[in-house]
Amino acid sequence: MISRRDFLQVGMAASALYGAGGFGNWSRLAAQQALTQDQLLQFDTVGNVTLMHITDLHAQLKPVWFREPEINLGVGAAHGKPPHVNGTDFLRMFGIEPGSPAAYALTYVDFVALAREYGQMGGLDRVATVLKAIRADRPDALLLDGGDTWQGSYSALKSEGQDMVNVMNALGVEAMTSHWEFTLGIDRVTEIVENHLNFPFLGANIFDAEWDEPAYEPYKMFERGGVQIAVIGQAFPYMPIANPGWMFPDLSFGVRQERMAAVVQEVRNAGAEAVVLLSHNGFDVDRKLAADVPGIDVILTGHTHDAIPEPVLVGKTHLIASGSHGKFISRIDLDVRDGEVKEVKHKLIPIFSDVIAADPEIAALIDAERAPYAAEMAEVIGTTDSLLYRRGNFNGTWDDLICNALIAEREADIALSPGFRWGASLIPGADIRREDIFNATAMSYPEAYRSEMTGETLHLILEDVADNLFNPDPYYQQGGDMVRVGGMGYRIDVTKPQGSRITEMTLLKTGELIDPARSYVVSGWASVNEGTEGPPIWDVVESHIRNLGTVSIEPNQSVEVVNG
Amino acid sequence: MKLTRRDALALGLGATAASFLPARAFAAADEAIAEFTGGATPGEGGLTLTAPEIAENGNTVPIAVDAPGAESIAIFAAGNPTPKVATINFGPLAGSQSAATRIRLSGTQDVIAIAKMADGSFVQASALVKVTIGGCGG
Repeated sequence: MISRRDFLQVGMAASALYGAGGFGNWSRLAAQQALTQDQLLQFDTVGNVTLMHITDLHAQLKPVWFREPEINLGVGAAHGKPPHVNGTDFLRMFGIEPGSPAAYALTYVDFVALAREYGQMGGLDRVATVLKAIRADRPDALLLDGGDTWQGSYSALKSEGQDMVNVMNALGVEAMTSHWEFTLGIDRVTEIVENHLNFPFLGANIFDAEWDEPAYEPYKMFERGGVQIAVIGQAFPYMPIANPGWMFPDLSFGVRQERMAAVVQEVRNAGAEAVVLLSHNGFDVDRKLAADVPGIDVILTGHTHDAIPEPVLVGKTHLIASGSHGKFISRIDLDVRDGEVKEVKHKLIPIFSDVIAADPEIAALIDAERAPYAAEMAEVIGTTDSLLYRRGNFNGTWDDLICNALIAEREADIALSPGFRWGASLIPGADIRREDIFNATAMSYPEAYRSEMTGETLHLILEDVADNLFNPDPYYQQGGDMVRVGGMGYRIDVTKPQGSRITEMTLLKTGELIDPARSYVVSGWASVNEGTEGPPIWDVVESHIRNLGTVSIEPNQSVEVVNG
Repeated sequence: MKLTRRDALALGLGATAASFLPARAFAAADEAIAEFTGGATPGEGGLTLTAPEIAENGNTVPIAVDAPGAESIAIFAAGNPTPKVATINFGPLAGSQSAATRIRLSGTQDVIAIAKMADGSFVQASALVKVTIGGCGG
């Protein structure tokens, strides 16, 4: 049953528009224009169970700037629904005052000015303080990590995820699921899971490729507040397609909806009174899964890096989106009685690093983990006059810089940079430290290749990636964004089927249309193919920035978007 | 770097995906299906076809069929040069009427399963399996 109170919370988006108050304090914060740690942590405890969700940290131990996307188009049933609502539309939908801390945390609007005012977000030492406060209120609160934890920074790359494993153990995580974790290679993942991780590594959809048998624990039962809570893990479904399958050759993934339905039934049969899905599917995939698989009370979504200040309700399932890079923690209180969830209360807690005090113990641990690499990470390579950010469906200034570096350093006509959604931002005037370059590039297949491709092949690649993003059926989407292109412009109609979305591909340096039969020199990085050769992308970018001294990115108008 | 052979193969899969869908391939599939059904129009229900939404490897795509009470199940890959993949016949003593195998798909296409039931009727199920270059999930 959905209680009246729950209904009110979901209805808050509408009432907040008229200034009727604010669920989760968003409006009050906005009105007061002031922040205190107590305000950020304020929560009227409900029921008998508390979940704490953090996801897609991408190995960010320290506070960062992180600009949310300006463009995040939804197609099919997701068109115009969160998380495909951005900027001022987002502020309006959730009744958030422009210029407020919530506006800064959740949208790109006035990002640079607000970043200077409100500072960086995240930092696992601040997160630790929030966790402690919640545990003081509810000692058996359950901390769950949605994955993409062990990849994305210099220290995680060099320590093969060990820094993150140590810190997450210390934070008291009780279960996780996965995606980029597997890009450390299957041997390292096995070593961590068997020898270092203090909690289960769940994945109901991870199977042995040869025998099609489950390869990891699908779920874990927790007794909390006197009731049985099942936490089911769902790893990123398109692991061997979107990332190098040769790094974990014996594993198969997939959405596996029937398997999920069977596991939900299994945990219900085993006595689960509440079912929580700790998911790395991506928001739109989870929205479809929630509609098609009954019996899941809460889906803790991940992968697509969305931060949504209220739960999205699909039938009786609450979808929670907790952002990325340590910017937020979600607290979800459940009232579980008579074998079912009677009430859900949620707060998306923004981790303002200048407002929330660092927990000294975790701060010391983080510094110890970073110490072996501190000198290399801190070296200043250049400065930036421009805002450097990654998120957006078609381009971002970090990838503009990376594409410029590939064209300049590798003497290419055209550059390709993958549509990753991870990578912290830098504000104008900031030093670019080596650590910052790695925050946008650190991963285990960084080779910057240089090869020849025909115009026809380039078109094929763009069409393929576009369909992974804009296929109207979420189960055919892989998450991520459009591959970033340097040196070439194009027009995209996201409403068309695969093969006819991309037109007017143009070589920017000559203004000529791309000839399908001609070969072009293309440089890119992060190929999923084994044996790709080239220098690591961070060396290419570092060399380019050293040559420039100060980075300045021209506005990118090379992609024309048609959206229905 | 030159494109490796594997690169070329991966890209080649995409190429066939784009060029194979047109009518000629479907005509071949229709013909093969008509041969199995004798021209009867199959109904729906009673047949479960399990296939991945996106193939992890187009050269070996795991699929499974299950049709309680069927006499035989035929599997077709509508976009392959030779659409007919397999026909599985179940004897009267068969414990279940299900099978699992791996098939090769030349590109993104519908996989179609048709079961012939004991009363001579036919039921059909299909699934779109995408074969993709991949590489940009984030």
